[in-house]
Amino acid sequence: MSGEIEISVKDLNLWFGNFQALKNVNIDIPKNAVTALIGPSGCGKSTFIKTLDRMNDLVDNVKFTGEVIYKGRNILNSDTDVVALRKEIGMVFQKPNPFPKSIFDNVAYGPRVHGIRDKKTLNEIVERSLKGAAIWDEVKDRLNESALRLSGGQQQRLCIARLLAVEPNVLLMDEPASALDPIATSKIEDLIYELKKEYTIIIVTHNMQQAARVSSHTAFFFLGELVEYASTIDLFERPREKRTEDYVTGKFG
Amino acid sequence: MAAKRREMVPMGLLWGAGIATIVILIVILAYILAKGLPLISWHFLTTNPGVRGQTGAGIYSTIVATVAVTGVALLVAAPLSVGGAIYLNEYTRENLLRKVIRQAAEVLAGIPSIIIGLFGFLFFVIYLLPYTGGWSVLSAGLTLAFMVLPISLRISEEALKAVPGELREGSLGLGATKWQSITTVVLPTALPGIITGLILGMGRAIGETAAILLTAGGALGVIQSLRDPACPMTLYIYNILTEYNDTSAAYGTAAVLIIAILAITFITDWLMNRYTKKLQGL
Repeated sequence: MSGEIEISVKDLNLWFGNFQALKNVNIDIPKNAVTALIGPSGCGKSTFIKTLDRMNDLVDNVKFTGEVIYKGRNILNSDTDVVALRKEIGMVFQKPNPFPKSIFDNVAYGPRVHGIRDKKTLNEIVERSLKGAAIWDEVKDRLNESALRLSGGQQQRLCIARLLAVEPNVLLMDEPASALDPIATSKIEDLIYELKKEYTIIIVTHNMQQAARVSSHTAFFFLGELVEYASTIDLFERPREKRTEDYVTGKFG
Repeated sequence: MAAKRREMVPMGLLWGAGIATIVILIVILAYILAKGLPLISWHFLTTNPGVRGQTGAGIYSTIVATVAVTGVALLVAAPLSVGGAIYLNEYTRENLLRKVIRQAAEVLAGIPSIIIGLFGFLFFVIYLLPYTGGWSVLSAGLTLAFMVLPISLRISEEALKAVPGELREGSLGLGATKWQSITTVVLPTALPGIITGLILGMGRAIGETAAILLTAGGALGVIQSLRDPACPMTLYIYNILTEYNDTSAAYGTAAVLIIAILAITFITDWLMNRYTKKLQGL
């Protein structure tokens, strides 16, 4: 694979109790590009990205082995500062989850918990982040309104803005458009296209057209295994594995 | 037609059961207020009770006592119950300890108040006499805290449980610490429920008599410190009815008590509604 590697995963295995959710996953995630993870429900793709910011730690009885190398360190080590890690590797969730606060306070939330108090600096960060998430023009006159009054698509872009405000390196997106209508979805996709210039993006999606439209690399997961990982064009047009071909041609799903 | 008529019977009975609740409430309120309201005046509220139910006296010191005793109970029970609920819901997983604590809260809530009062008497009034002053506002308030605690704990826990997990994930995902997530996202979202629990507990404290009877002392003077004996309104009503010849002051006190509880209920309801609407951006 050409280009710089942002995250390198080696022999990752993960169990929830006795159930093995990830089996020996090896993958190199390229920097400043979009990597799509596809596969049927329950194949482990969401579990996989939640490993990258250690969100699986919140689940009962989770165990893992292997390595996830980010900036030269294995973030699965027990001495990893997960709070600092999650500032660098941020997550956009399937269902938009704005806080029940104003639009401004949602975006300023991250900077504030990291100690920024100066009003002027916060104003700048909020404006920059909302512009970065392509929602500034829609909300600039109503920053003090509750974020819960926004539409679903706007809420999701607000959640992306909220993430940009803490200046992460990597954006993990867990089916970010699955709860949205086609117009809102296309806005999110346009935004992802813009964001990849500055961020490494990993997106889980059920929608193969979406994977094809936004990503440069695609990984196909099935039953906890990484079946095939290739450039998006190769994976869709010249899959090496029978199972990949069956999935991308719609024989099962 | 016959089938339709048969349907009317259970519906009518159930309607009656529903209406009975309102009727009972209205009868009690109307009776107490009719007898008590005419007695309430500025003079009644601001004058101390006289000796042996002397007519024309007021209930000032008993109002002060109720406020002080309830205040002590809430001051002790609020941090313990809310803190306990946060610990249970945010820091432990569903395990044995959590089940045991929850069960303990339920058992504690079910203990008859006279028994809680007995414990308060033995422990606070007698054993801790050098600190509590014996029969006192402090002894009564600490005893009542045991009764407020389980109510508030359970309701706070439910309120915290109702905060969507996505909000916690969203906050943690931005690199907030667990404590930051709790204080800035979880608690504000759960606040209406937590306050409701405290208000219910407070209602319990204001209305309690048996536990007060054994711990407060019943002195009718205005308290100068928390270690003074006192006579909250409920105890005063009890004393008037069991010891005095002229019982009219009991109705006046009861009316004040009922109005206070109604006012607290409606005002907090209204405030929490407004707060919830603001959270939801309506």
